[in-house]
Amino acid sequence: MEFAELIKTPRVDNVVLHRPFYPAVEGTLCLTGHHLILSSRQDNTEELWLLHSNIDAIDKRFVGPLGTIIIKCKDFRIIQLDIPGMEECLNIASSIETSEWRLSYVNKEFAVCPSYPPIVIVPKSIDDEALRKVATFRHGGRFPVLSYYHKKNGMVIMRSGQPLTGTNGRRCKEDEKLINATLRAGKRGYIIDTRSLNVAQQARAKGGGFEQEAHYPQWRRIHKSIERYHILQESLIKLVEACNDQTHNMDRWLSKLEASNWLTHIKEILTTACLAAQCIDREGASILIHGTEGTDSTLQVTSLAQIILEPRSRTIRGFEALIEREWLQAGHPFQQRCAQSAYCNSKQKWESPVFLLFLDCVWQILRQFPCSFEFNENFLIMLFEHAYASQFGTFLGNNESERCKLKLQQKTMSLWSWVNRPSELSKFTNPLFEANNLVIWPSVAPQSLQLWEGIFLRWNRSSKYLDEAYEEMVNIIEYNKELQAKVNILRRQLAELETEDEMQESP
Amino acid sequence: MEHIRTTKVEQVKLLDRFSTSNKSLTGTLYLTATHLLFIDSHQKETWILHHHIALVEKLALTTSGCPLVIQCKNFRIVHFIVPRERDCHDIYNSLLQLSKQAKYEDLYAFSYNPKQNDSERLRGWQLIDLAEEYKRMGVPNSNWQLSDANREYKICETYPRELYVPRIASKPIIVGSSKFRSKGRFPVLSYYHEHKEAAICRCSQPLSGFSARCLEDEHLLQAISKANPVNRYMYVMDTRPKLNAMANRAAGKGYENEDNYSNIRFQFVGIENIHVMRSSLQKLLEVNGTKGLSVSDFYSGLESSGWLRHIKAVMDAAIFLAKAITVESASVLVHCSDGWDRTSQVCSLGSLLLDSYYRTIKGFMVLIEKDWISFGHKFSERCGHLDGDPKEVSPVFTQFLECVWHLTEQFPQAFEFNEAFLLQIHEHIHSCQFGNFLGNCQKEREELKFWRNMYHQFDRTLHPRQSVFNIITNMNEQNKQLEKDIKDLESKIKQCKNKPTDGILTKELIHSVHPESPTLKTSLCFKEQTLLPVNHALRTIEGSNPADNRYSEYAEEFSKSEPGVVSLEYGVARMTC
Repeated sequence: MEFAELIKTPRVDNVVLHRPFYPAVEGTLCLTGHHLILSSRQDNTEELWLLHSNIDAIDKRFVGPLGTIIIKCKDFRIIQLDIPGMEECLNIASSIETSEWRLSYVNKEFAVCPSYPPIVIVPKSIDDEALRKVATFRHGGRFPVLSYYHKKNGMVIMRSGQPLTGTNGRRCKEDEKLINATLRAGKRGYIIDTRSLNVAQQARAKGGGFEQEAHYPQWRRIHKSIERYHILQESLIKLVEACNDQTHNMDRWLSKLEASNWLTHIKEILTTACLAAQCIDREGASILIHGTEGTDSTLQVTSLAQIILEPRSRTIRGFEALIEREWLQAGHPFQQRCAQSAYCNSKQKWESPVFLLFLDCVWQILRQFPCSFEFNENFLIMLFEHAYASQFGTFLGNNESERCKLKLQQKTMSLWSWVNRPSELSKFTNPLFEANNLVIWPSVAPQSLQLWEGIFLRWNRSSKYLDEAYEEMVNIIEYNKELQAKVNILRRQLAELETEDEMQESP
Repeated sequence: MEHIRTTKVEQVKLLDRFSTSNKSLTGTLYLTATHLLFIDSHQKETWILHHHIALVEKLALTTSGCPLVIQCKNFRIVHFIVPRERDCHDIYNSLLQLSKQAKYEDLYAFSYNPKQNDSERLRGWQLIDLAEEYKRMGVPNSNWQLSDANREYKICETYPRELYVPRIASKPIIVGSSKFRSKGRFPVLSYYHEHKEAAICRCSQPLSGFSARCLEDEHLLQAISKANPVNRYMYVMDTRPKLNAMANRAAGKGYENEDNYSNIRFQFVGIENIHVMRSSLQKLLEVNGTKGLSVSDFYSGLESSGWLRHIKAVMDAAIFLAKAITVESASVLVHCSDGWDRTSQVCSLGSLLLDSYYRTIKGFMVLIEKDWISFGHKFSERCGHLDGDPKEVSPVFTQFLECVWHLTEQFPQAFEFNEAFLLQIHEHIHSCQFGNFLGNCQKEREELKFWRNMYHQFDRTLHPRQSVFNIITNMNEQNKQLEKDIKDLESKIKQCKNKPTDGILTKELIHSVHPESPTLKTSLCFKEQTLLPVNHALRTIEGSNPADNRYSEYAEEFSKSEPGVVSLEYGVARMTC
């Protein structure tokens, strides 16, 4: 345990300690900067004090809401802790677990990778020197870094740029060592390439490529095909054109919608994200995701997988953190991608609605799980607007390096500081939200995917009736809360009155 | 029962319809007199009513057994694999017999008996009184009256006995007009808009051929337009495409000639006939059943099926009708060929747009009784209740429900009912569990006298499905309960304060009033709690269940992209290297 501030849950009650030859002890578990302490809070029973540095390995098990942590110590002792509540158990486990990851400042001056932030998370066993070497082997210097850690089973999502194998199959020992360092003994991982096998093979001619099985025997490669750049941009232009078509003819509308291919892209992206989440949660395998640069489709997949896997990323703060981590810090070139939108006639170069597609995918999941998100559709629409044009500095620049040079932190306001004001938050809060700790599996069948009317038909159909219905819904929920609070107060009053009565009678 | 030879088959596999890797569940198949039941190893039950079965197919024998595919009218498709061919053959033959009944008396409605006494049953059937409904619209009045012309079903067998016609239309005119109309279905009132004093009338096509005319019919139409004091001209909507209507002229039928009728504005609206609709739905179902469907295949399939185009045509016609009445205060006469399919769709949907009463649960039932059941929509033939001509089957009513669903989506606040209600209705038009949709018109139903054996469909509580709408509806209900609780609590507190010495009495009183409330019982160890019992059940997160089928969708993509590397079995990817 290096930092006391990393302790998420410092105290848990009703923990049961099992040790060989001793009766089970129920008590309170405390985590301090150096020790794990279990005390029954009675004078006669002894307390357990365990140095964090004595912990050799831990195992986690769950039976319903009850979690069990088995701690194996360096002095060969093995003890078992039963902790009620999955959340608490995971927090305790992740606090005492000896981390296999470390923060690296190798990119402090943006010298190793211009599109990465100054601080990245990498396997502990890989030093900065090796990282520098790996960076030369990956497109844009984007060496594999940690994107997401799945607390439940310790599996991870990593992302990177494509390996620069070229036509003659160049390899890099450090790269192989780095990604193998993330695998547990005897485990295999998946590499999800967001390009089709064909495209990936063609990339070799330009010096790019993909991981050869022979050099990465512990990894299985899966190719998915997510479109890039101008193909997505053209799709957006066609879609918006179809939506603005005022001739009310059913067939033309359907064929135009189909020809835009927008929903096909949505399906591809969502499917790949679900596949990634499936590898992590169901197969118990870690994954590495990349396409070519690792700044577009890669980020769509890593961020959507987190929406599926991690309940926190479905809250407002969690989603903001996700955008900050997986899009802004991870170097999605907002400036280039969002320079023009669907109406621009001039020759497009770098424009692509990558971020909008991501938001659309989130909307699709939100629509399928209307109670699992803390934010509503308006929040997503707001983010879309600010990505394309904003009075805030948040989405300016193409990466952290550019933002530093522009001194955005000194010269502009942050979007988040405005959004997180209570008056603004209330517009973006989903009244139906009920936190759930589960992984949510959206349907990706074409029948389940819908056109996002809130974005694409926003200006050519009146949303009056839908808005009214939404308002009514909010009113009903608010009123319900009010009534419940009132009932609770009245019940308490009644209970107090009754106790008084009994007190008067009993003497 | 005589059709059933095998009642139970074990080790039957239920294939996942969309799985390309042949995912399946193993379980036991039971055949009862009314249902086919499959119980899988997780004890999950799949019930299929025999009358819901549209098609049973026995496919070629495979190594794992004999495949049996059952397509249902409620769009369920199940694919079984029965280990022994003999069992499969028995079940196939039984289902073939059981799903197509030759007589009304064999239908499930005649044996369905949910333990109700006769008076309850009678009440169920008397829940909807159409005379009451016409009174609500404001007829009879100075312009419209009840006609006894069809009292004995003499003029028109497929019309109800009670019909409303313009006051100035005499009986000879009615009789004359009915002779000039296909199947005797002369123009009668369907809906009266009291505020605009305009009416929706319905009939069948005139037997005009190329030149025939009928003075009585012309008089009747004039009488309808005269019954509207605001606007002298009336619209005549022929809901067919012009080409179809012209073709009918060659058969001695056709449409009104504007020259012969004074003050009419004639309009075609182009809704296709039942055969086009049937094949359109067929195409749609084929598309939806495709394994590994891509987005563009889905949309091009949707487009080429034409289903949404047809839905839109019906909606457009209804909107045209509603506009004619609200904007121009003009009466409208609607017909198609026989005036029981497209006409029912347009009249009922138009009324629904005009009158908010029809958007309530009760009102919607009334609307179905009025425009569909009493005016002789051929439910039995259209839904294939009995073994009959497959060419008469058509999803006309399904389309109507779908149109209504579209409206509920666009105007969520305008409707008292929700999607689940519409689905429930759809389920029952095919199930033959309740008597309402049996028979093709009122007369036939009365001859059969089966109404005594029935339970009223709409008395049933509707199954909740997980949706925002349901959560909100429940919350609304709960709010009412909470309001009541607050009142109760307030009065109790008042009592407590007023009678401080009577503590025990008050407490007993509380317990006797609310014996079921645990919070009141244990008032001394008070715990704050939220009261959302129903909602919690509703908010189960469907997609988070590990056994969820949805999961396989990505998996298939998984195995498709690199079939040699990863294969998926029971949702777990395995290495096959």
